Amino acid sequence: MIITFDWLKDHLKTNLKEKNLLEQLTNIGLEVESVKSLSTDNELFKIAEIIKTEKHPNADRLKVCDVNIGNNEIKKVVCGAENAKEGLLTIYAPPGAIIPKTKTKLEVAKIRGVTSYGMLCSESELDLSNESDGITELSEEYKKNIGKSYFSKSKKKLIDLSITPNRPDCLGIRGIARDLAASGFGKLVDLGEKKIHSKNRHSLKVKINKERGQGCTTFGSCLITNVKNSESPKWLKDKLMSIGQKPISAIVDITNYVMFDINRPLHAYDANKIEKGIIVRNSKSGEEFKALDNKTYKLESGMCVISDNNGVLGLGGIIGGTRSGTEFNTKNILLESAYFEPESIRNTAKKLNLDTDAKFRFERGIDPLSIEDGLNKAAKLIKEICGGEISKIDIQKIETYKTKKIKFDPNIFEKISGFKISLKEMIKILKDLGFEVKKDKKRLELTVPSWRPDISQEVDIVEELVRISGYEKIKYIEPIKQRKKSTLNKYQKLFHFLQRSVASKGYLEAITWSFTDKRYNDHFRDTKKEIKIINPISSELGVLRNSIFSNLIMYIKKNLDRGFKDLSLFEIGPIFNGSNPGEQNTVICGLSAGKKSRLSWIEKDRNIDVFDVKRDVVQTLVEAGYDSKKFFIDSETPNYYHPGKSGRLFLNNGKNQIAAYFGEIHPNILKQVDMKTESLVGFEIFMDNLKLPEKTLRDLKEKFSFSDYQKSERDFAFIVNKDVNAQDLIDSILRADESLIKNVKVFDVYEGDNIPENQKSIAISVTIQSSQRTLNENDLEKINNLIVKTVENNTGAKIRS
Amino acid sequence: MSDLKKIKDEFLSKLSGKLDISKINQIKSDLFGKSGLISTQFKKIGTIAVSERKKFASDLNIIKDELQDLINSKTNELESVEINKKLEKEKIDITLPERSFNRGKIHPVSQTIDEISSIFSEIGFSVEEGPDVENEYNNFTALNTPENHPARDMHDTFYLDEKKQRLLRTHTSPVQIRTMLKDKPPFKIIAPGRTYRSDSDQTHSPMFHQVEGLHIDKNINMGHLKGCLNYFIKEFFEVDKIKMRFRPSHFPFTEPSAEVDIGYEIKDGKIIIGEGKQWLEILGCGMVHPNVLRNVEVDPTKFQGYAFGIGIDRLAMLKYGINDLRAFFDCDYRWLNHFGFDPLDVPTNYRGLSR
Repeated sequence: MIITFDWLKDHLKTNLKEKNLLEQLTNIGLEVESVKSLSTDNELFKIAEIIKTEKHPNADRLKVCDVNIGNNEIKKVVCGAENAKEGLLTIYAPPGAIIPKTKTKLEVAKIRGVTSYGMLCSESELDLSNESDGITELSEEYKKNIGKSYFSKSKKKLIDLSITPNRPDCLGIRGIARDLAASGFGKLVDLGEKKIHSKNRHSLKVKINKERGQGCTTFGSCLITNVKNSESPKWLKDKLMSIGQKPISAIVDITNYVMFDINRPLHAYDANKIEKGIIVRNSKSGEEFKALDNKTYKLESGMCVISDNNGVLGLGGIIGGTRSGTEFNTKNILLESAYFEPESIRNTAKKLNLDTDAKFRFERGIDPLSIEDGLNKAAKLIKEICGGEISKIDIQKIETYKTKKIKFDPNIFEKISGFKISLKEMIKILKDLGFEVKKDKKRLELTVPSWRPDISQEVDIVEELVRISGYEKIKYIEPIKQRKKSTLNKYQKLFHFLQRSVASKGYLEAITWSFTDKRYNDHFRDTKKEIKIINPISSELGVLRNSIFSNLIMYIKKNLDRGFKDLSLFEIGPIFNGSNPGEQNTVICGLSAGKKSRLSWIEKDRNIDVFDVKRDVVQTLVEAGYDSKKFFIDSETPNYYHPGKSGRLFLNNGKNQIAAYFGEIHPNILKQVDMKTESLVGFEIFMDNLKLPEKTLRDLKEKFSFSDYQKSERDFAFIVNKDVNAQDLIDSILRADESLIKNVKVFDVYEGDNIPENQKSIAISVTIQSSQRTLNENDLEKINNLIVKTVENNTGAKIRS
Repeated sequence: MSDLKKIKDEFLSKLSGKLDISKINQIKSDLFGKSGLISTQFKKIGTIAVSERKKFASDLNIIKDELQDLINSKTNELESVEINKKLEKEKIDITLPERSFNRGKIHPVSQTIDEISSIFSEIGFSVEEGPDVENEYNNFTALNTPENHPARDMHDTFYLDEKKQRLLRTHTSPVQIRTMLKDKPPFKIIAPGRTYRSDSDQTHSPMFHQVEGLHIDKNINMGHLKGCLNYFIKEFFEVDKIKMRFRPSHFPFTEPSAEVDIGYEIKDGKIIIGEGKQWLEILGCGMVHPNVLRNVEVDPTKFQGYAFGIGIDRLAMLKYGINDLRAFFDCDYRWLNHFGFDPLDVPTNYRGLSR
C-alpha cells in the first residue's frame, strides 16, 4: 500500500514531521517497506506521439520510430514494442533520464546499427503498473499536452507500507490516519461527509439471487445520468500519480480515488450497455466474458457474477467487463458499491489466477457499513467533475451485518503484556480506534468497529492496546538459567555424534535440497515409490529424494567439472519413502570420487576403494559406541551399487535391520550421468535402524581388566574355496577360545600360482594371551591345533602346509 | 717395580694412543681374557703370603677398575662417533611435504544449529523435531490459518497431492502442534529444521532452515519473550549489548505478534551487528494464539506463552559474513571448505560458541 504524507493530511491533523511519521508507522505495526522519492528527474519524461514507424533494417522485431516530442522536435527512437504504431500517444524518455524501475541512465545508443535517441517506456518501466507488454498508451486527451512533462513537478515521497493481511482497514488512507491518531500522532479529521439527497428515481432494477454459496450479500448502487466523462482535473490526476497510479478517465479515477482514500472499492458501469437490470448470481459452468484486462475468462460454476439479460458483465469484487465499461462518451452510469464474501472472492480469483486491487481488498474483508459512504463520496465527485443527475441510492441485501461485541477483562492486559496501563488510557485508545466502550463493573463492554474483521476475542483487544501503547513499553525479563530436562534425546545425540564423526574422516558436509531431479532419483530409487511434488519449482526438482545419492552424485559431478579430482562429500538428512508425514528416514550418506593418494613423492597412486568406505562406516559406528565384534556383513546391496564390490552391515548377527550399505557405485550410473573419475565409492548409514542402547555407554562398558602375561602371535595360512568369506574364518577363530584369542588379523589374501583354481589362500595372524599365566609351548600347540581344527570344520578350509 | 704397576703403566699408555674398536677389544682380551694379564694376577692371589695378600688384592682391584673404566669410556667415545657418522648420512630434506590428509568440515548451517541449541539449552529449552512432510492441518489449520485465509498466500506451498492435504512444511511451527498434542504443559522447546516454500530467486531458496521456539507455562508474558530473545541474540552474536526493536506485526498463530529488528551498520564493507542506525529484520514472534492452544487441548485460561521463528540460514549469513543464500545448497567444494567448520569445533557453553 503506497501512501504520501500529503494525502494522509486529508485525514490527519498533525504538526509532526515526515521523519517522525515513518518511525511511528512502523511502531504501530504498519511497516514501512520502502520510501521512494519521485525525483525531479521525472520531469524529463515527456508526452509524445509516434508519427511514423519503419521496420528496423537489421532486426525483425525492432522498429525505428519518428517521435514528436513537442516544440517541433522529432526524435528517432528504436523500439521493440508490438503496440508501437503511428499515431500512438505515449511517454518518451530522453537520453539522461533515469528509468525508475531499473535505475539505469539512458544514453544515446546504437541498436543494431541504428542510433536511438532515448526510449519509449512501458508502464512497468515507469513504475506505474506491472504492465510490461508494450509501451504506455495514453488517451487522445493527452494530444494537446505533447511535449509536456508526464509527471507533475513533485518531490513528494512515496511511502510503501507492508500491510499485514489482518488489517484491510489500512488499505485505505483513512484507516492509516485513524491508527496514527490513536497513537497520538495528530488528530483524525472529521470529514462531515454529506449524504446525497435526491428525489430522482433509481430506474435500474438490481436483484441478488438467493442461492447457495452466493458471494454477494449487499449490493448498493445509484444511477448518474447525463454525465460528461473526461480527463480528470489536475488535483485528482496528481493525487493518483502521487501514489504511482495511472490516471485513466474522470469516472474511473474517482472510483479509484475513493478506494484508496477510504478503502471502499466501487465499480462504474455504462448504464446504457446494461440490458434491462442487474442480476447478481452464481456463474454457470462454461460462461465466458471479456474482462477489463482484455482477457477472456471461462468461468466455472458457482462464481459470483454481476450479470444482465445478455450474460456476465463482471466478476463481483474482482474485475469488470469490457461490455459495460465506461468510456469517454459514456452518458449514464451505474455506480456499484457492494459487499462480497472474502472466501468467495478468494476461491474465484485463485481459480482464474486473477489479482486486482479490488480483489486484494475484498478477500481481506471490506467494511460492510461503508457501502453508502462510498456511493455518496463518489457520486458527489462525479457530479462535480462530470456533471449529471444522481438518483436515489438503492440497496439490495440478503444478509444484515451484525455488530460484534466483546466483553473485555482489563486485567488480561497486564497478564499477557507484562506491563500496566490505566483503565482510562485503555478506554481512550479503544475509542480512538473506533470502538464503542461501555464500562460494566469489572469489564469493558466493547462494540467492534465494522471495519475490523480481525477482532473477535479478548486477546485481539490486548494486541490493539499493546500496539498503540508501544511495544517498547514491554519489559525485558531475563531468562533463568535452569535446565529441567536434557536438551537432546539419545537419538539427537547420536545424530550430532555421527555427523561430526563422518566429517572428521575427511568428508565435507553438504546440505542439499530434499527434492531432486527425477532422472537422478531414478538411478537410486531401487524399489522405492516415487513421490512427486504437484507444483515443483521446476521439472528438474520434481520429486522428493528416495536417496541422498541422487543429489550428492550431481554435486560431485559439478565439482569434478570445476576441476577438482579427489572429493568426499556427505550429507545427513531425510530420504522419503512415501507422501505421508513420518514416511521418511534419516540417512548419513557419503560419496567419494577419485584417488586416495595422487601424484605424491612419498605415496603410491591409489584409487579410493570399497575398503576405504568400509573403514569409514565401521570406524564411525565403532566411535558411536557399537561393538565391531558383533557386526555382520554380507554382499546383498541395492542395484545402484557395484554387485561385486559392495556390502551391507548389520550391527549384530541377528540380521535385524540394515545399519549401512557401502561400496562402489554401479559403473552404469557413472556412464549415464556422464561422470569421469577414477573411482566412485559411497555409503549410507540408516540412523533409524541403529538401535539406541537403553544403558549409557558408561554402563555398557565391561569391568576394566588386563593381562600382564606374555602375548604370543601365531600365523596361519588357510586354503579355502573362493566363495568362503574371510569373516567366517575370523569368526571361527575368535570363537574357538574366547578367553585366549585376543585378536585376529588377516595379513594376506592370495589367488593364483600354486593355489588350485576356485580357491584362495588367506593368511591370518592370531594374538593369544592368557589372563592366568604365561602360556608354554605345550599350551600354544594345543590352541594352534584347536584353531586349525575349528576353522577346517566350520569353513571347509585346509591349513596350508 | 711390581708387576701390577708395570701392567698398569703399560696399558695406560696403550689406551692413550689412537685406537679403534678392534684395538680396544684386543686390549680388553689381553687384560681380562681367560689368560689375560689381570685375570692371571687374580689367579695368583692364593699363592701370595697371607701378610701381603690383602694389600695385593686391593691394589689389583683398583687397577682392574681403573683400566676397565678407561676401556668403557674409550668404547663409548668411539661408538658415539660411529653413530653420529651414520646419522649424518641419514639426513633427509625435512621440508619435503608430509603425507597427504583430507580435512572434513561441518556445514555452517549445522554449526549454527548447534550454536543455537547450545544457547537455548542454557536457559532450559530442549530440542524437538518433526517431519518434513506435513499434513495441511498441522501446517495451517491447527495454527489458526484456516483455508482461504489470505495469510496462506505468504506461504508458497509445495503440495504432494491434488487435494492439497499433504505438503512440505512451510515453517517449523507444526512442531509446536505435534509437541503440544503429544505432551502436557508446560512446554519449553526449540525445533530446528528444514522448511520449504516454492520461491526461488537471489534471496530466496525453495528450501531453507528455521528454528521454532515455544514456551508455554502459567504466567509467561511478553516480557519473558523479549528477555529470552534479547538473551539469545546477544549470546549468538557474542556481543555484550544489542540494539533491538520489537514492532507489531501479524501472524495468524500468535496474538499479539511482533517482528524483531536488530541494529547494524556497515563498516569497511563488513556488517557490524548490534549497533548503528540501520535495522535488520531477523525473526517473527508473539504470544501463542488462544485458538492454537484450544486446537491442541491446552486451556488458554490456565496456560499461556510465546513462540518464535527464526531463519537459521539468515543468522549464519550475518554471523559469518556469507552473502549469498543460494550458495548454502550449491555444494561448491571451495565454498564448503571456506565457510565450513572443523568437526572438533563443537559449540559449547564453556568453550564458547566460536573460535
